[in-house]
Order: sequence, then structure tokens, then C-alpha cells
Amino acid sequence: MVERAAAVELKGITKTFPGVIANDDVNLTVRRGEIHAVVGENGAGKSTLMKILYGMLRPDSGSISVDGSEVHFRTPKDAIASGIGMVHQHFMLATNFTVLENVVLGSEPSHAGVIDLGAARERIRELSESYGAALDPDRLTEDLAVGERQRVEIVKVLYRGAQILILDEPTAVLVPQEVEELFRHLRELKAQGVTIIFISHKLDEVLEIADSITVIRAGRTVTTVDPADVTARQLAELMVGSELPTPETRESTVTDEVVLSVRGLGVLVGERWALKDATFDIHKGEIVGIAGVEGNGQRELVEALMGLRKPDAGTISLAGTDVTQWPTRQRRENGIGYIPEDRQGRGLLLPSPLWENTMLGHQTLYPFSRGPWVNKRGAREQTEHLISEYHVMTPGPDTPALALSGGNQQKLIVGREMTAWPKLLIAAQPTRGIDVGAQAAVWEQIREARAAGLALLLISADLEELIGLSDTLYVILRGSLVAKLDPATVTPQELGSYMTGAQEAASA
Amino acid sequence: MSGTKLRIALLWLLVPVSAIVLAFAVSSIALLAIGADPVAAFSSMASYGMKPSSLVSTINRAVPLFVAGLAVAIGFKMNLFNIGVEGQYRLATLFAAAAGAAVTLPAPLHIVFIMLVGMVTGAAWASIAAILKVKRGVHEVVSTIMLNSIATGLGAYLLSNHLRKPAVGSELLIATPPIPKSGWLPALAVIGGEELRSFLLIAVVLGIAVYMLIWRTRFGYDLRASGINPDAARASGVDPDRMVMRTMLISGGIAGLIGMSDLFGFFHAYTLDLPTGLGFEGIAVALVGLNHPVGVAIAALLFGWLDRASQILDLEGIPKEVITITKGVTILSVVIAYEVVKRLVQAQQIKAAAEATRELEVQEEAVAA
Repeated sequence: MVERAAAVELKGITKTFPGVIANDDVNLTVRRGEIHAVVGENGAGKSTLMKILYGMLRPDSGSISVDGSEVHFRTPKDAIASGIGMVHQHFMLATNFTVLENVVLGSEPSHAGVIDLGAARERIRELSESYGAALDPDRLTEDLAVGERQRVEIVKVLYRGAQILILDEPTAVLVPQEVEELFRHLRELKAQGVTIIFISHKLDEVLEIADSITVIRAGRTVTTVDPADVTARQLAELMVGSELPTPETRESTVTDEVVLSVRGLGVLVGERWALKDATFDIHKGEIVGIAGVEGNGQRELVEALMGLRKPDAGTISLAGTDVTQWPTRQRRENGIGYIPEDRQGRGLLLPSPLWENTMLGHQTLYPFSRGPWVNKRGAREQTEHLISEYHVMTPGPDTPALALSGGNQQKLIVGREMTAWPKLLIAAQPTRGIDVGAQAAVWEQIREARAAGLALLLISADLEELIGLSDTLYVILRGSLVAKLDPATVTPQELGSYMTGAQEAASA
Repeated sequence: MSGTKLRIALLWLLVPVSAIVLAFAVSSIALLAIGADPVAAFSSMASYGMKPSSLVSTINRAVPLFVAGLAVAIGFKMNLFNIGVEGQYRLATLFAAAAGAAVTLPAPLHIVFIMLVGMVTGAAWASIAAILKVKRGVHEVVSTIMLNSIATGLGAYLLSNHLRKPAVGSELLIATPPIPKSGWLPALAVIGGEELRSFLLIAVVLGIAVYMLIWRTRFGYDLRASGINPDAARASGVDPDRMVMRTMLISGGIAGLIGMSDLFGFFHAYTLDLPTGLGFEGIAVALVGLNHPVGVAIAALLFGWLDRASQILDLEGIPKEVITITKGVTILSVVIAYEVVKRLVQAQQIKAAAEATRELEVQEEAVAA
């Protein structure tokens, strides 16, 4: 291969936050017109590095060169001016705007103060078609599927003249079929000379799309490799620095004792059934997984089960008792545990000490309270016990929850729900955004609890986690449970086609 | 760790110190702008304000402010903005005075009865806003502000048409009939000619009770959780509607006691001379006191002292309204300094946790090796 000038060169980048070294002397060279993957665990420092390259953060030391000349970005505007664009993991689109309005937002073409959308409309058509992804500029963003929204984000960046594209975990929100499509578009863009920096921790995908791969671990660059020379396993070991865990459960522990019985459960959001006629059972010792693209009714299902939302149809029974009308607290007190999807938004009191966070959800129960009084001593002891048993890295039970890393916050939440010995645990994305070590610990705890007779409802976007842990697997699509699958035989590909509706309902 | 704790304690101390320094600096500029000498003004305030009689008066002024601050603070603790403390306490004082004059009871019971009528009235008036919020989604700021106006009008109507003492001769006083002596509280002490009112003791008990309620009970835990993260509180089993109802009732009940110190210790009837605006000042006191009973007490004393000490300024030919500026700047700077210091403290805590974690990891690795 002919050596071309580096499109981007990062040298000796170091960035520290209070108590954390996010980047420690990181070096990265991206050649013009290649797809360069940056891989690493969550928290390895990938995002920080990209935020530095995009001008959102300033490094403590080190230099950035674009096309051979050194640059100093103070804001993303400077980066955009140098032809760098970023597609964030969480889309930054106004859903009540059209594609066109979203694309021009912030750089509206105008004539004498009046916005001129005609030219922009043409340009969007051209741009999107040039890489094989037709976009209708006049469609409302809220009507678009996730994959299409991502295309809007990419066009938005190209519209601003980006020649270097940063994609932060672009496949995290996509199902396998959409990933294929994205990859086709990326190859097309590459052929047109666009340089792409691809952030991911999904190694199969990285091996498929990248021309070179840089591995980051604990804030340092480990190495840069050619994808032809490594296997996914070798790459993973470079990333983690040790051997890998898998989410598989061993022998079945499912009993015939029904813990949760859901019949015809429905939730109306406005005029639409966000959850429709959901019927399923969870037995003692069984893990029931729910697969689905986000926003297909998972949230409504969880909220109805937790009593956070009144169902508009159907019944919920816990161990034979109809609990449909019970308030959340009564459900909690009778053994329903909850690991919320958004741990900071729903699971924690960030400024409060850990012992007050351990109480959360169990504040009416021993040892956290006695009659109307909070039992601070009992709560602290329980928290100390939890810290040691669940390996929560913290100075002690009086540390505020906000001082903990995401993985440790999650360990605390999982620990507090597990140590309450629930009959039923509702776990939504229990390992999202935590590192491999913490993930393995959570999986192990789930397996142990299952063996001890826990009934678990697992909602996850991680298909391997779903297949590996579940005893029974349902697919949710547009509010309905459209398929019941056997996790022992199903592949992520098959699961993906059920999730998008490509494959119609069938039973395994 | 102890080093970190000391640093955090010192950081917190910055809040009141910077607020007071800033408040006096800005007030000095205002004084200079109107051609007065700030040094002379503040030194005459200091010498007048430190006289024993002034200190007693300061406490007497601070007690209703403290109660008002508590009423507001308990709502603030769960992000419930009871702006209606003003209307609640004025109606409560009227009803309590009228009821107290209408019954004959032995001394301690009479006091308890009057306080109960006040609390029930305050809570009942507050419950209107609570029901509107829970049932119809009306924001409590809007409803309580409007209920304040209604309370003023309703109170004036009831006083002049139904609860007014029958006029004797040519007497023009608009007031409820006097409460019999059994419903008076004697002075705790008389210092420099000023009576120290004994409702102070009840207020102290009330402050302790509020502290216990917020920081030691399950209810208080749910209350604080709702304030810090309402979604997490709800997911943990807190019923937000019930929480709003209960907190509003408690806040209104405490508001019903704001006028009691003046009623028991001085006026012994509801008259038009009773101080007004205490409910609004309670909001300021709660803000400056950072919604903690100890802070509220300090803020109430500060405001009470500024009120008393500023009386001297008129004699010096300086408008005592300058002190309103001092109060305003204090509120603003406490709120700002609190936010700044909170971030600094959190950075310290994160740093300490990260260091401790690293040590733990090193230890674990050593054990594993």
C-alpha cells in the first residue's frame, strides 16, 4: 500500500479529570481515505480522545495535526472548519423538524436574512444519493427509523464539508441488518475519499469494516494492528488485557412454579397501544429475555410491571396474587426488584451517601428502617456488607454516589436489588455501559440468583447477553410479543430479523 | 480522608462568609451612591444592634421568621414551592385569634387549642393548592400566589363582618375580641426594657422536630429522595401525589404557627397591626438557610438583627431601606456561593473516592498475586 499523508495525527495526548487519567500519552495516526477503528472497553478513554479531536475538550498536553499541520481547537466550530465532523452515539436531532431542517440547523443558508432552503434540499439529495443512501429531505424526523436518523446525522456532517468523519459507537443502536447497510454506506464514502474514524467495542464489526485498528486500554494506546493479522479473540484480549468472560448460563434451573403471570397486558399512550396483549409467565429459577429495538414497548412493559404506569388492559399476578392495582411500594415490599435502564436517572440519588442509595427501593424494610424511623446504623452495615460482597470500589458507605464510576454505581444497584432477595427481578439493560470486569460480575450474580430460585425478566440491547443468559426469549415489536424463541438455537442474525419485523412471527 | 473532610468543611464555610462580605460591600456602594458614609452607618448599626434590648428584639423578630423559614424549607426539600405561606399564616392567625377569644379553657390547654386552630387552618388553606396540583396538575406556585390574594380578601371580609369585636363607644379599632389571659404566654425574661417572648421555646422544639422529621424518619427520606431525584423516588415506591399532599399539609400547618409569637406575647387579638409579609420573608430565610433548620435559624437571626439595627439609620438621616439591599444581596450570594461550593466539594469527593479506589485496587492485586 502506498503511504499517504496522515489525515489526522494525535501525538502524546494526555487528559486528566479529577481523580481520573482518561488519556495517558495516546498516539493515533489515521491515513487519508481509510476507515480507522478505535476500540477499547467502556471507560478506556475512546470518547475522551474523540472529544479532544472534535474540539469539545482540550488536552492537558500533546498535539493534534490535520493534514500535516498542527491545529489547536477551542470549540467544535474550529474542528468543523478543519473538515472534521462527528456523529454522536446519541442523536442530536429535533424530532419535530424535517430532515432538511435538521441538516441545515445551525448553518442555515440565507439570502438577505431569509432562509433559502431550495439549494439545501438539492444538496442533501445529492449528498445522500452519492453514497447510496437516499433521504427524502422533507420527511419528518420522528417518522424515521433509527438507521435513517443516523443517515441524517451523517449527511448533516457532510453538509458542513467534513472530510474526516468520527462515528462514536454507530452500531450500538442498530440491529444487524441496519449495520450491514451502514457499512455499505461507509465503504461508499471511503471510495469518495472520506476518512472515517470508527469508535466501537464490537469486534466482529470492527474486523469487518476497518482498514486499521487502534486498541486503547485504560487510557493508553496498546497497539495499532491490521485487521487481516488478528482474530476477534486476540483483539479482545488486547482490549481487556486478560481472558474473556462469556454470558452463558449452565444447566437449566427452571421449575414449574409460576412467579409472574402476565395476561393480556396493554398500555395505551395517547391513542396507540404502546404495549398490546402481552401474555407470558416467568417461573422460579427462570430468566425470560425480551429482545427488541428500543422504543417498541419495553419501557411500558417495565413500568406496568413496576406499578409506575397504570395498565389499560390485562392482569399481572405475582405468585398467584393479582397485583395489577398495587402501588409500586407494595410490589417492592412483596418481592419485586428493579434494575432500571437509566441508573442515574431512576436508580440513584447521586449527591446522597451510598447508604442512602442502598436503602432506595427498600426504605420501608428491615434493616433500613424501624417503624417510622430510618435505621442509619442498619443501613450503613448493610451497605458495608454490599460493598465487600459486590466489590464496589469506594472509600466507604458515606461516599456520595456521584463519586463512583459507572460500573461501580451499577454494581451497587445490582447488589442492593439482589441482597433484598426478590422473588422477581426486572432487569433493564443491567450491563449497559459498564466494563467487561463489572459485566462478568453482574452476569455471575444473575446466574447465582437464578440457581437460588429467582425469576428474572431481562431486557437488553445486547443480543449475546440475551441469548447467553435467557431460558426463554421473546421478541417485542411495535408493542407486541411477536415471537417466542429458544435461546439455545437462535442466532443474533435471526433475532435481528425478528426485531425489525423482517421475519414474521413463529414459535421455536 | 480527614484532610479531605477538613477541606470540605472549610469550603462550606466560604458560603456564609462570602455572602456576608459581598452583601456589606454592595450595601456600602449603595450608601456611597446616596452620599452616606458606610463606615458610620454600619458602626452606628453595630453599636445600636448590640445593645441588650436590641438583641432581645432581634430574637423576637427572628422567631416568626424562623417558623416561616421552616414552613417554606420543608416544601423546598422536595422541590415543592409553597409561596402561599403568607396567606396561610394570615388566615391561620385570624382564625386562631377568633377561636381563642371565643372559648374558655385552662391556661396550657388554651395555648394548645389556639395553636391547633392555627395549624389546622394553615394546613386546610394549603390543601387547596395541594389538591389542585394532584388532581388537576396546577402548579403550586401559581395556585398559592393566587390563594394569597384570596386569603387577604377573605380575611378582611371575615374580620370586618363576622369576627370583629363589637365596637365600644367611639372606638375605631378593627380587631377580633381579646383572648383571655389563659391564652397568653408570659415573657421569658425582661432585658433592657424588652420582653423576651417565650414562644421562642416552642419554636426551638419545632425546629428540632422538623430536623428529626426530615433527616431521621422514613417520611423525611422519601421527601428528600423526591427532591433529589423524583424519578428514582417514584421507582423506589414513593407515591408522588401522596407526598405532595402530606408535605403541603405539613408546610401549611407550620405556617399556621408563624403569627403565634406575636399573638401570645403581645397583641392577644388579631389586629391590623400584626406584622405582614412574614410568609414572603420566610422564602428568603429558607433560601439563605439552605433549607436546614440550623441554617434557617441563623438566617432568621441575621434578618431579625438587620431589621432591628437598621431602625437607627433613620435617626442618622439614612433611609433604612438600604438594608433591603443588604438582604437581597445576601440571598443572591448565598444561592450562588452554595452552587459554586457544592461543585468544588463534589470534585473533592470524587477525587478522594478515586484515590481510595486506586489504593483498593492495588491491595486487591497484591492479594491476588
